[in-house]
Amino acid sequence: MSNKNNLKGWLYLLPALVFIGIFMVYPLIDVFVYSFEEGYNFASQTYNGVGLFNYSYVLHDPYFIQALKNTFILVIITVPLSTGIALLISLALNSLNRFKDLFQTIFFLPYVTNTLAVGLVFMILFKKSAYSDGLINLLLNSVGISSIDFIEGPYWAKMFVLCFYTIWVVLPFKILILTSALASVNKDFYKVAKVDGTSRIRTFFRITLPMISPSLFYLIITGFIGAFKAYSDVVALFGTDLNSAGMNTIVGYVYDMLYGNSGGYPSFASAAALILFAIVLTITVINLIVSRRKVYYQ
Amino acid sequence: MKIILDHLTKKFVSIHNKKEIVTAVNDFNFEIPDGVLIGLLGPSGCGKSTTLNLICGLENPTEGRIFFGENDITDLPPESRGVGMVFQNYALYPHMSVKANIMFPLENLKGDKKLSKAEIEERALKAAKVVEIDELMERKPSELSGGQQQRVAIARALVKTPNVLLLDEPLSNLDARLRLQTREQIRRIQKETKITTVFVTHDQEEAMSISDLIVVMNKGVLQQMGKPQEVYNNPKNLFVAKFLGTPAINVFDGKIKDGYLYIGENKIRKAQADDQDVYVAIRPEGFIVSEKGVLECEFDRVETTGRDTSIISHNPNCISDDDIRTIVDADEKIIVNDNKIRFDLKDHKTYIFSKTDEKVMNV
Repeated sequence: MSNKNNLKGWLYLLPALVFIGIFMVYPLIDVFVYSFEEGYNFASQTYNGVGLFNYSYVLHDPYFIQALKNTFILVIITVPLSTGIALLISLALNSLNRFKDLFQTIFFLPYVTNTLAVGLVFMILFKKSAYSDGLINLLLNSVGISSIDFIEGPYWAKMFVLCFYTIWVVLPFKILILTSALASVNKDFYKVAKVDGTSRIRTFFRITLPMISPSLFYLIITGFIGAFKAYSDVVALFGTDLNSAGMNTIVGYVYDMLYGNSGGYPSFASAAALILFAIVLTITVINLIVSRRKVYYQ
Repeated sequence: MKIILDHLTKKFVSIHNKKEIVTAVNDFNFEIPDGVLIGLLGPSGCGKSTTLNLICGLENPTEGRIFFGENDITDLPPESRGVGMVFQNYALYPHMSVKANIMFPLENLKGDKKLSKAEIEERALKAAKVVEIDELMERKPSELSGGQQQRVAIARALVKTPNVLLLDEPLSNLDARLRLQTREQIRRIQKETKITTVFVTHDQEEAMSISDLIVVMNKGVLQQMGKPQEVYNNPKNLFVAKFLGTPAINVFDGKIKDGYLYIGENKIRKAQADDQDVYVAIRPEGFIVSEKGVLECEFDRVETTGRDTSIISHNPNCISDDDIRTIVDADEKIIVNDNKIRFDLKDHKTYIFSKTDEKVMNV
């Protein structure tokens, strides 16, 4: 009976397993293999030898170093900031009595908009051309600051727009998760704390924060992974030629190596992808270790 | 410390209909003497929890004042009132150890009340000893049984040495056996600490068994206050009579005619009052089986549960329930003639209530 059930179970899983096998497991193995094949040629499907040259090349490529640097800056700035801002907004929303639903809807709107469309809007907002300034520059001018070209100007300005945009895009989801986490904290805890004369700050740090720590931790991990995989946002803001804009990311570098102007180098792309994988894995493991001490699971 | 509720009223805007005003507590006016254990008793939604919240300061009254001793504390925030509160689900902080939970209120103290770490630990241990959980200090709440969690919650409320201890449905999350045990514990802790304790419950048996005084409430209105047995024996109105006692009191449609009380055609006893329709309520233990008894009922069956023997019978005039439940002595002979059973009624277990205002008639 149990054997028969087992068979049935596998049969039900089969379609999913086939798709996962073809579109996930096989490519994963393939990427791993590519990354060690030196001088691989797409057309002839031949290679010279097996070794670590691809990794060495990628790690010495100034474009990759730039992409690595951009990605790290993006991650380090946007993950803590977006999570912190989302937490503040959620706390404010949670304490609202009136218009709560209205504000929740407003804060959730960016989530249902298209990345490229929003990127375009941001580009127009921040743009400066020979003929006209974007809205942001007009605002800057009004307080006496001269126009800055955020899209094609200095590196810090471009990085600012990218971080600003990334935070804005990821906020709604984080707010959604955090408001529901806050709402699910038993109100009796706050009543007890109040009767015991607990200050609001202490209530937040000793009660609220531990109670929502699983959600917070989930957001931080997915936030890290999401930010490391940044690509489409960057394209939306700065176009496809990211290397010359100096705004490439690791995923962007991988894409360029495959299909970009300098494309046709699946081995280099694979090596870069595996480096990204190693970085994300490391960060996630660190996160998990920290969380085991700090996160409270019910 | 004695508590005085002076014409206390609390009105809410209904959450279902914003235009509707609900009076949860209606003109409460009573005094809780120092050092007693008092039970606020009533069906759910009768305003008992609101009363508790008013006393502890989580709610502000619409009208009226609250005094602790001679001090008017109506406008004080909860933390300045010196109250300890235990919630129905205990609300223990799940991520903290038992010890951290008990220490938490003391760590909040500021200014000249601030305690050293050693003092805090000492007082936490003392409170834990009172409720007999001092061996569980390092555990997390999830590793404790319901009764133990309950006691941790009480220790946390006691650790500040409050003037008043408030318990909201303290036993309703426990199973039957633990409930009996814990209620004795609460009784013992209260006697030891002599802290004026107010507890809320919908379980009349619980309230009657451990309270020095009970307050019966219904729909925000105080029905009767007194010693449990006094209230049970002398209910002021039909609601109190029906609410107290298990099995519940049997209520009949009756009438007073020519100086006698009747249930249907059965002449029960003399009653000096004008002719009128009345409710007659008889406690289950107020029946005596008798061949020439005054009340005739249709016999159904005998039920024996433990030491109690109950006779189930029917009477068309009984309005409280389809079954009339009477508890009789196990040795008593049960005489059934032609499927009819007759009872004599104990006078002090039989109450007459007016049909107009449901108040007791002493006739």
